[in-house]
Amino acid sequence: MIVVNDLHKSFGDAHVLKGISTTFEKGKTNLIIGASGSGKTVFLKCLLGLFEYEQGTISYDGKIYKELKERERRDLRAKIGMVFQGSALFDSMTIAENIMFPLKMFTKQSKSEMEDRANIVLNRVNLPDAHHKMPSEASGGMQKRVAIARAIVNNPKYLFCDEPNSGLDPRTAIVIDNLINEITDEYQMVTVINSHDMNQVMEIGEKIVFLQHGNKEWEGSKETIFKTDNKAVTDFVYSSELFKKVRKMYIEENE
Amino acid sequence: MTYLENIGKYFLMIREMFRKPTKWSVMKHLILKDIDDLIIGSLGIVAFISFFVGGVITIQTALNISNPLIPKYLVGFATRQSVILEFAPTFTSIIMAGKVGSFITSSIGTMRVTEQIDALEVMGINSLNYLVFPKTIALLLYPFAIAIGMFLGILGGMAACVFGGYTSLEDYILGIQTDFDTFHITYSFIKTFVFAFILATIPSFHGFYMKGGALEVGKASTTAFVWTSVVIILLNYILTDMLLG
Repeated sequence: MIVVNDLHKSFGDAHVLKGISTTFEKGKTNLIIGASGSGKTVFLKCLLGLFEYEQGTISYDGKIYKELKERERRDLRAKIGMVFQGSALFDSMTIAENIMFPLKMFTKQSKSEMEDRANIVLNRVNLPDAHHKMPSEASGGMQKRVAIARAIVNNPKYLFCDEPNSGLDPRTAIVIDNLINEITDEYQMVTVINSHDMNQVMEIGEKIVFLQHGNKEWEGSKETIFKTDNKAVTDFVYSSELFKKVRKMYIEENE
Repeated sequence: MTYLENIGKYFLMIREMFRKPTKWSVMKHLILKDIDDLIIGSLGIVAFISFFVGGVITIQTALNISNPLIPKYLVGFATRQSVILEFAPTFTSIIMAGKVGSFITSSIGTMRVTEQIDALEVMGINSLNYLVFPKTIALLLYPFAIAIGMFLGILGGMAACVFGGYTSLEDYILGIQTDFDTFHITYSFIKTFVFAFILATIPSFHGFYMKGGALEVGKASTTAFVWTSVVIILLNYILTDMLLG
């Protein structure tokens, strides 16, 4: 479980995160949503340990990040998997080499053990024949699946995804959403997704944290987001006519 | 103020580069790959330029010696001195700042733009050690390329002399043997080692800390070339004054 308590982060005079507190539970798909500039990416980078923050604490299974020694931080990071918005695959390596990279860096496995593990995760993301391809030869959806495979190859305890659906067609986006959701349950990870894809929110948002101007404006789930009266949330989530209709139908069906 | 900040950041980058080393089994492959990319891949251009510039130095020297009292072997002497003291270590390094430097900046800059550096950092890898350290080690072999440049420069001069009919082969060989000071080779290699470090680290700095997109990668490569050349020229002056002055 990840517990965030009163997190503050500033860049010069700009106070970007203004005291965010929340928890992200194991085996659940947690979504951070909000408009551009709301502080989502900064929040995610604080969770990943890429940004130092001025005030507040983030604890991973009871261990407060700021109190960890350098070695302990490194050990913690080895338990983190990350899927970047642009996939961030190493373009000088084949897909198989990309996937084996965390194993090479953090384990003492033999080459055949690493290859076996790469085969398992590539099969898991439905890319059994992609080993020898270069990332540039793969489509956007394939690259995302390879990025997920790389993120889970080392059996992480925490999975972070930064807009995993960006640039994908709706059908592929659903495949990626379902894959992340299934893997979260299968590996019993704490999954945190940074998103502004409302389809994703409705499909897999077991916990949703809505940020506005650096504050946590609202939190709930894909069920409660239909019922909320919070104006900031409804203005953001139901800004399109389609989602307004979906919400109306949902409320009518459940009354 | 920005200059001072960047100079400080550059030295912090160098300190960080030596911290938290990457696993040796991974690092040795990175070093070998960088030797291939940066040294072996540059031998062709170094050889080509050295040979022909050596020839040009010889022709220019021969054409400018019109006084019959000046011995003809001086052409070989002047070529040797020019190639060993300045052309091979300094001007080849400027050319390499364009070739190797822009390659380093653009490859690291592209990794920054496409979040590959963030991916390394999230995994807990010291990205500076992973990316810059192998390039610095690979460029320790740079004096090897310069030695080839020296040899081919003098050979190019000899070819120009003989085939252009400027002096005889005997005069040229006598010239390159005249008043030979082995410290000049030492001086040249000391400069080359310093330039190799500059060639690895300044372009890496500009690639690593760049912000923006593809356009900024191009701009960073240009800036890296300019600053690498400026620093090489300044250090060339300082080292020459210290070692030969």
